[in-house]
Amino acid sequence: MTERKRVYIWEVPVRLTHWVNFFSIIALSVTGIYIGNPYLHPLSESSFTMGTMRFIHLTAAYLFLMMIIIRLYWAFAGNRYANWRVFLPLKKRQRQDLGGATRYYLFMSKKPPYAAGHTMCAGAAYFVLFLMFLFQIFSGFALWSYARSVPFFHMVLGGWMLGFWNVSAIRFWHHMVMYFIWAIALVHVYLAVWLDSAEHNGLMGSIFGGYKFITGKEWE
Amino acid sequence: MGDAKEGSIYDSLRKNGVSRREFMKFCSLMAATLALPVSFAGKIAEALEKAERPHVVWLEFQDCAGNTESLLRSSKPNVAELILDIISLDYHETIMAPAGKQAEKSLSDVVKNYKGKYITIVEGAIPTKDGGVYCTVGGRTAQDIVKEVCGNGLATIAVGACAWDGGWPAASPNPTGAKGVKDVVSGIKLINLPGCPANVVNITGTVVHFLTFGSLPLTDSMGRPLVFYGEKIHDHCERRAHFDAGQYVRQWGDEGHRLGWCLYQMGCKGPETFKNCPTVRWNQSTNWPVGSGHGCIGCAAPRFWDTMTPFYRRLENVPGFGVDSTADKVGAGLAIATAAGLAAHRIIRATKTKGEKPEEEK
Repeated sequence: MTERKRVYIWEVPVRLTHWVNFFSIIALSVTGIYIGNPYLHPLSESSFTMGTMRFIHLTAAYLFLMMIIIRLYWAFAGNRYANWRVFLPLKKRQRQDLGGATRYYLFMSKKPPYAAGHTMCAGAAYFVLFLMFLFQIFSGFALWSYARSVPFFHMVLGGWMLGFWNVSAIRFWHHMVMYFIWAIALVHVYLAVWLDSAEHNGLMGSIFGGYKFITGKEWE
Repeated sequence: MGDAKEGSIYDSLRKNGVSRREFMKFCSLMAATLALPVSFAGKIAEALEKAERPHVVWLEFQDCAGNTESLLRSSKPNVAELILDIISLDYHETIMAPAGKQAEKSLSDVVKNYKGKYITIVEGAIPTKDGGVYCTVGGRTAQDIVKEVCGNGLATIAVGACAWDGGWPAASPNPTGAKGVKDVVSGIKLINLPGCPANVVNITGTVVHFLTFGSLPLTDSMGRPLVFYGEKIHDHCERRAHFDAGQYVRQWGDEGHRLGWCLYQMGCKGPETFKNCPTVRWNQSTNWPVGSGHGCIGCAAPRFWDTMTPFYRRLENVPGFGVDSTADKVGAGLAIATAAGLAAHRIIRATKTKGEKPEEEK
């Protein structure tokens, strides 16, 4: 058995934003699908189903927005594993890891990526995911600015999108990107479970406690 | 009231047998339409007692005459009242008596004799491709006519979706290069009253606003008067409570449809469209599309043929996936495909790594 070291990787803001995003994305998806296509039939004359769904959607949206702001701030204030640099393959070492991890995932290599923080594959995927999050925020508030057109910050958050894009197309992509996010989330969980079992580093537990057990051959 | 100015609107109203009571009712209607306090009915009456009837020319280009139909069928103010009393309609191809050269003469007479004083109402889009040959009147292109007539007038009112942003003729692929007045003539006082058709109450309201205050109503960024286009249809819809309650029509003629539930799921574009339809309504304010059980098609929204279709669905179709693919079907398919792909990957992984131990433990 290789000697392993217990290292603190995921700081509190990283874990907090991860889990709040997890729950808010579920809430946003469930309510968002209802808003797009009301699948529940009213039970009584006094129901307020759409009103409640929209309230939850909006509340979760604001919560999600706050988490994105916190995480963005932490990309500059957090530790090296949370830093913005791990999301962009700017260094040669990162590009090598990107190739290595991709080959491992495609069964072309038997060497697991062994990253202390994110593998470069994950980092790049999260960068795309982050852009999708931003798009969902802006397009969502663009649609919301139709309901409440006056407040300045709705215009800042997404109302500007209406300046060059029509509302139907914005709604269309607001739907589509949700499914893209689901697809990425599925792959994310699958690979995390796999790497946890392949690398024996406690990866799955690390998103709860923050610590990973690493061998020292990881790149950082 | 016997002191009405000779030749004024009120004077001609009286000569046509309109009572003072009816006149005041009309002024109140206009005050309400313009979202003014009740006290303004008196101010409007005062203005109309003094104001001379404005000369109006009505130009028709690439259109279906729907705005004219709307004008002819309206009764509050009824067309006779509108033409005879409020405005002096000097040129309107569909309803004027003269024809041919005589008709064109009445247009050029107005442009010459009342330069800078008349109001132009434009109905229909203006083709600009190939020198504008796709719409000509009396041998002149629509582009030419609109530039001359609007350019020499006091103000222009573009009625209907077509005169606003090209509307129906400008729908993709727009073979004639159709455009609205705002994109063809610049530097004129222009008010847009989009809609398919424009509501005649709003047309009259614009004219009355002009006569009362001497200015055109305040407009939004797309040149539409805020007073008519400032509020969302959805927010003033009589079916709105059913929307919030989650009570929807799911099929034409179903129980919800009979009970007058919300048409949201049937593709109603009320949540995206800004117009005063629910309050002003049509046909003597008796009803309007949503009131009669059909969803809004967003006819007052920009480029509505391209952006508000399909009219009977919430979402656009996915390009390249056939006519019946909504974003949700394609998206759910994508998510399922991803899950299936991952399952397949897991099976391949199991066969490839069977009996192998992780590298470090070898």
